[in-house]
Amino acid sequence: MEPQQQLEQFVFDFNKEKPEIVAESRDELKIKLGEFAGPLDLLLYLIKQEQANIFDIPIAKITDEYVKYIKLMKSLDIAVAADFVVMAATLIEIKSKMLLPRDPTAASDADELEDPRKELVDQLLEYEKFKSAAQMLYERSTVEQAVFKRGTIESDDNNAEISATVFDLLTVFQKIVLRHKEEVTMEIEREEISLADMIKALRKRIFAELELNLLTFFEDMHTRRELVTAFIAVLEIVRTEEVKLVQKTTFGDIFLKKVEPASS
Amino acid sequence: MTEPETEEVIIEQPEETISEAPARSAAAVMAIAEAIIFVSDEPITAKTLGEIMGEDKQTVQAAVEELQREYEERSGGLQIREIAGGWQIATRTEYHEEIRKFLKTRPSAKLSLAALETLSVIAYKQPVTVPEILEIRGVQSASAIKTLLEKRLIVTKGHKETVGRPMQYGTSKDFLIQFGLNDLSDLPSIEDFEDLTITALDQQ
Repeated sequence: MEPQQQLEQFVFDFNKEKPEIVAESRDELKIKLGEFAGPLDLLLYLIKQEQANIFDIPIAKITDEYVKYIKLMKSLDIAVAADFVVMAATLIEIKSKMLLPRDPTAASDADELEDPRKELVDQLLEYEKFKSAAQMLYERSTVEQAVFKRGTIESDDNNAEISATVFDLLTVFQKIVLRHKEEVTMEIEREEISLADMIKALRKRIFAELELNLLTFFEDMHTRRELVTAFIAVLEIVRTEEVKLVQKTTFGDIFLKKVEPASS
Repeated sequence: MTEPETEEVIIEQPEETISEAPARSAAAVMAIAEAIIFVSDEPITAKTLGEIMGEDKQTVQAAVEELQREYEERSGGLQIREIAGGWQIATRTEYHEEIRKFLKTRPSAKLSLAALETLSVIAYKQPVTVPEILEIRGVQSASAIKTLLEKRLIVTKGHKETVGRPMQYGTSKDFLIQFGLNDLSDLPSIEDFEDLTITALDQQ
């Protein structure tokens, strides 16, 4: 129809563009925008608002409405906006496809005959289920928050050993790398320890001490390269399952513990 | 005749020696199980209870279920329930307000909508990769995943053996506990969440 005009309409200049929605409804929209979990969420809202039939989406109207909302979102986080912009492009593509006449000479290819909206509709329906499921989870957690267990007993802290995940390990490592950054060391070039030797040394230490505080171990490293080698050594030794990573308290220090070889 | 007699003697021995090898009454099993469940800071399985008490799993399971019936009948402030595969004594939901007044705690921070959606996708589709989550939600979920990992609600579950070997995620035991589930089958089927208002072809 006027594809050129439509294209221009959707080139966003967030500095110059102004929201088109009238003032009185803008605030309400702004509040609503903050609640959308993504472009699909927004689309579902628009479809419901238009009381449209999801199996026959009025794509032109919906695209227009969607774009109006996008323009209002310039105050939101850019990362969020990127996903929304991708959807805007998708909607425009579908709208264009709907406007183009079907090629009468084309072989009756399954793709040609398929409704260009179908993929989007399938995605919307699928998403809708998980959105409702999320609501169910929210309600469950609210009920669960009304349930309490006994107060702490002395033995709790002593025994509870949470298995640390690699994620926790990375957090510890990050801390140390940052600390190292601040130290300015004049290092005379020295022979770097190999990974194999590092693993040997680490294994020796754990077997001798039975329990090794990772922070202490990493702090002994003098150069960045040694630090990285140490980290890899830890991963390797955990992988071969001679040791396990434990955290006695949440966000507490991580320890390497020798694994008892007998049946557990 | 001698062989059967020998066997009988062996069987009878425990009773004669009056050792602490238990031939407990059902009530005793119930009482001990109750005490241990109370003290345990994590939900405890009938199997573990059995190992500790020297009873078999079925005996313990039956005892705890009977205990559960007693708790329900009593209509007291406590309940005993199965959660994350184990047994736990906890307060009843009816009294949470009064309890909060006493503990002076507020409900802990809720998950964001994005995190909840991501969590529901992972819960139902596990093990699932980041691109698969993106396909369903239509949004990059990196920060939601980070939050869920930090809260230990999800864990990594190896790699998918396809191009790029992407990381897979699944829910954790803490997830079951925080959402009051005994195991994943307690979740209603995802098909139950089809929105009939939106798919109704009659829009009037």
